[in-house]
Amino acid sequence: MTQALYSRTRSPETEKEKGGGGAAMRVIVPLQGVVQGRGGLVLGSVIPCALFYVLQFYLKRHRKDTDEQNNSDSSSQNPTPRSSSYGNLSELPGLTRNWSRGLSSPRNLRGPVSVSGRVSGIVKGADSPYYVGLRRAKEDPYDELSNPNGIIQLGLAENKLSLDLVEHWLADNAEQAILRNGKELSISRIATYQPFDGLMEFKVAVAGFMSQVMEKAVSFNPSQVVLTAGATPAIEILSFCLADAGNAFLVPTPYYPGYDRDIKWRTGVEIIHVPCRSADNFNLSITALDRAFDQAKKRGLKVRGIMLSNPSNPVGNLISRETLYILLDFAREKNIHIVSNELLAGSTHGNEEFVSMAELLDPDDFDRKRVHIVYGLSKDLSLPGFRVGVIYSHNEEVLAAAKKLARFSSVSAPTQCLLTSMLTDAKFVQTLITINRERLQSMYAQFVAGLKKLGIKCIKSSGGFYCWADMSGLIRSYSEKGELELWDKLLNIAKVNVAPGSACHCIEPGWFRFCFTTLTEKDIPIVMDRIQRVSETCKLNR
Amino acid sequence: MRLVVPLQGVVQGRGGLIFGSLIPCALFYFLQLYLKRHRSPNSRSNPPSPSASAQNLAELTRTSSRSNLLSRGSIVPVLISSLATSISKPNDSPYYIGLDKASEDPYDRIDNPDGVIQLGLSENRLCFDLIEKWMLENLKDSMRGREEGDLSISGIASYQPLDGTMELKMAMAGFMSRVMGGAVSFEPSQMVLTAGATPAIETLCFCLADHGNAFLVPTPYYPGFDRDMKWRTGVELIPVHCRNTDNFVLSISALNQAFNQTRKRGTKIRGILLSNPANPVGNLLSREMLCDLLYFAREKNIHIISDEIFAGSIYGNEEFVSIADVVDSEDFDKSRVHIVYGLSKDLSLPGFRVGMIYSFNENVLAAARKLTRFSSISAPTQRLLVSMLSDARFIEEYMVTNKKRIRNMHDLFVAGLEGLGIRCADSSAGLYCWADMSKLILTYGEKGELELWEKLLHVAKINITPGSACHCIEPGWFRCCFTTLDKEDIPVVMERIRKLADTRAASRG
Repeated sequence: MTQALYSRTRSPETEKEKGGGGAAMRVIVPLQGVVQGRGGLVLGSVIPCALFYVLQFYLKRHRKDTDEQNNSDSSSQNPTPRSSSYGNLSELPGLTRNWSRGLSSPRNLRGPVSVSGRVSGIVKGADSPYYVGLRRAKEDPYDELSNPNGIIQLGLAENKLSLDLVEHWLADNAEQAILRNGKELSISRIATYQPFDGLMEFKVAVAGFMSQVMEKAVSFNPSQVVLTAGATPAIEILSFCLADAGNAFLVPTPYYPGYDRDIKWRTGVEIIHVPCRSADNFNLSITALDRAFDQAKKRGLKVRGIMLSNPSNPVGNLISRETLYILLDFAREKNIHIVSNELLAGSTHGNEEFVSMAELLDPDDFDRKRVHIVYGLSKDLSLPGFRVGVIYSHNEEVLAAAKKLARFSSVSAPTQCLLTSMLTDAKFVQTLITINRERLQSMYAQFVAGLKKLGIKCIKSSGGFYCWADMSGLIRSYSEKGELELWDKLLNIAKVNVAPGSACHCIEPGWFRFCFTTLTEKDIPIVMDRIQRVSETCKLNR
Repeated sequence: MRLVVPLQGVVQGRGGLIFGSLIPCALFYFLQLYLKRHRSPNSRSNPPSPSASAQNLAELTRTSSRSNLLSRGSIVPVLISSLATSISKPNDSPYYIGLDKASEDPYDRIDNPDGVIQLGLSENRLCFDLIEKWMLENLKDSMRGREEGDLSISGIASYQPLDGTMELKMAMAGFMSRVMGGAVSFEPSQMVLTAGATPAIETLCFCLADHGNAFLVPTPYYPGFDRDMKWRTGVELIPVHCRNTDNFVLSISALNQAFNQTRKRGTKIRGILLSNPANPVGNLLSREMLCDLLYFAREKNIHIISDEIFAGSIYGNEEFVSIADVVDSEDFDKSRVHIVYGLSKDLSLPGFRVGMIYSFNENVLAAARKLTRFSSISAPTQRLLVSMLSDARFIEEYMVTNKKRIRNMHDLFVAGLEGLGIRCADSSAGLYCWADMSKLILTYGEKGELELWEKLLHVAKINITPGSACHCIEPGWFRCCFTTLDKEDIPVVMERIRKLADTRAASRG
């Protein structure tokens, strides 16, 4: 078999080598020379041949497709499109024939030009109820006076509780912050090209803010910060940096519905669900993680990391120090990465202590290279419109790559200047964090109490803008279908938009995420009233 | 029989033996060489194959306690993606090396007279005074929004449409029409705004082509395309060479040739990427040429991306024609035409990061809108720009002054080079000129060109972009951006080049 192959390879070679000479011997059996002694013939000859056989098969199949397409597309003026080079050459006169513009209209019969395959999936893919609900609530938003029958938005994790403080600061300082850096007017600071991954001053300010938010337990090094236009691109960039297309991340469920877009869409990376259950208070269990890892491996998927959110979204619980250590051990064991999304680190409201992944890492621990933190100013500073996200990593290579990829997602310079002064105003930042926590805590308590009165229990949570409510008592069939039915009723009858657990890939039906931070206190009774009406009809039906 | 000679069976009649045998063998030869080189360091640190799950579990419980952590530090480094591995290496293109060098040691007439003069960055600083004046007068009001002086912060703090606010789209549409001489009107609903033209191009590339597909790009082209179009999308760029004898004007026959050659290789071509005005040459595509390109695109059923980011930076007398104008006036299939624009060049605000996709294709628009979640513009910036762009008097004054100043600088700079015997290609737009320094290079080839570039950077302390970084097929051409200079800097630049040229002439003679 291999004999035959060699005589095949030799023949074209010798033809070519007529003018060649010296290195001929090497080129003729190139594969053996290198792999000698390491499986020799098999590695060198059979494997490449087999691979190329498959490749060419694949090519053949695809070529036929395009040829056929061309055939049907251009059959009218191009009877022989199949012959590749000759046929195309003969098209040339056809092309010149059509130079004159007058002939254009009869040639419009051709099929529409196609978009890329990956994007037609993005366009056509049915939206999850999460996005449907968001859109509906935006089209017909509730307003106490102008639209009392509108939809109340409880689906968007946005914090409006402390906007008055931010507003106040901006009114006093915005102009000064953008235009005068210090005292000198600095138009060239904001108009010209700046480092794509953020201005150093801004990185210093963000690093300071992060450690202030985490109550000084950790200090962040500004040179390990890469800034992006929101946490969404920060997650996508990390996904691009840590995994190749076809690799996978382990993600504990229920998780933020946006991950399905951020981690997967353009990168081709897969998400492996690691189910958490109500019996464990939706805490992550290492056994589940291990099982998911093994199953993925059995399917032939390479797992490149774990994506955590801490405080978790949508449940709102925190990951304990003990669990974090176990996770770190697990990651080391399997030699995979950990991405810890700590976007809500400053929006905790319970008494439980928040522990950042960064806190665990010893300064000289070699293992830090596998830990990457995602942060942003959308939640803790209530400024999602400003689009500021953060990648914090200890891995030099990942940082270098992320800095280059930041060219696709940089933060506008005026915004950076504005936020640099806001974040360096230590008094303002401290007040904001403190007051925001108080308001968050009081809203949480009121909202959960309201639901409790309706007989709806929430998981105890200590962070985030939402509560995770068990409405399984109200669904007609204990399944995803029953859950979506209730979601539909809430949206269309009660006019309340909430995120159903199935959109977060929760394994148990009947759970819903309620975001309460876009409300004011006096909206709460209205929400409860609306939910009650639906829950009563549900109970009656049962 | 088939397995034994598998490669022939399939490719029969298409170059047969060579395709079937020689190429795969050669490829595997290189692959194995590569593997061999990389294998040795890895295998040393790699312990015998990681154990199965049972053993992992046992170890896991054992090490849960923290005390054991440190002892286990000697572990294989964690892998990163192949994309990250390849791009995390230091820059190797002279374009980026030069930019870095110039920003580390920037020339300043007073503070650093021996620094590197930056002629490699196409950034326009000629009209900062006008923008500064406008900002001082209007910033406060524009940040407050238009409602009766009260700061409506929820308009900028909260989540906004990720593809840009309607107000900014409308303002951009007006600005673009103004820039293009009022010949075209732009529809705000066909716009998608992104954080700079760079992500606009990448997003379009994601939308139009799949991994492994290709775009035809006339050379010389902007060096950034190699990153924007290829890095994350996995798309290829096929150069279509333009030559000095044609004054670097694209020819349809070259396009056709490149198309056919690529197709023969089995690569699917999804479009043409044009830049009009061209970067780095600075010439314009004529109306005739645009029509021909549209015919070509229809013939092959492919897309056209027209990067018109320099549309307002015209200094010549030639008229700029947007492809939007051509598809409007003629009966062309619009759905294959996509325009990229931005405020980095024409409004000299690259730091603001505002780019745009303008497309006639509903599917592309829908997809691009969803992809802007990865690249949206900060809301305060959007608000600021809405008021700046809607200030008609300011825009008018800015456009007129800017054009005049670019023209002045261009004339001075080109005349300076001519004084040194360096000719520039005819151009009428852009922030740069395209200079033929082939007389200064010692060996006619890419090597000679890069040698001259290095001398210019390290001895003459001038950073310019060599043609090879733009994939120019003829050696000796350089792009010099002159809009970051003051007039007084021009003699300094010329003097530096002259000195280098003199030493070369001396050493040669």
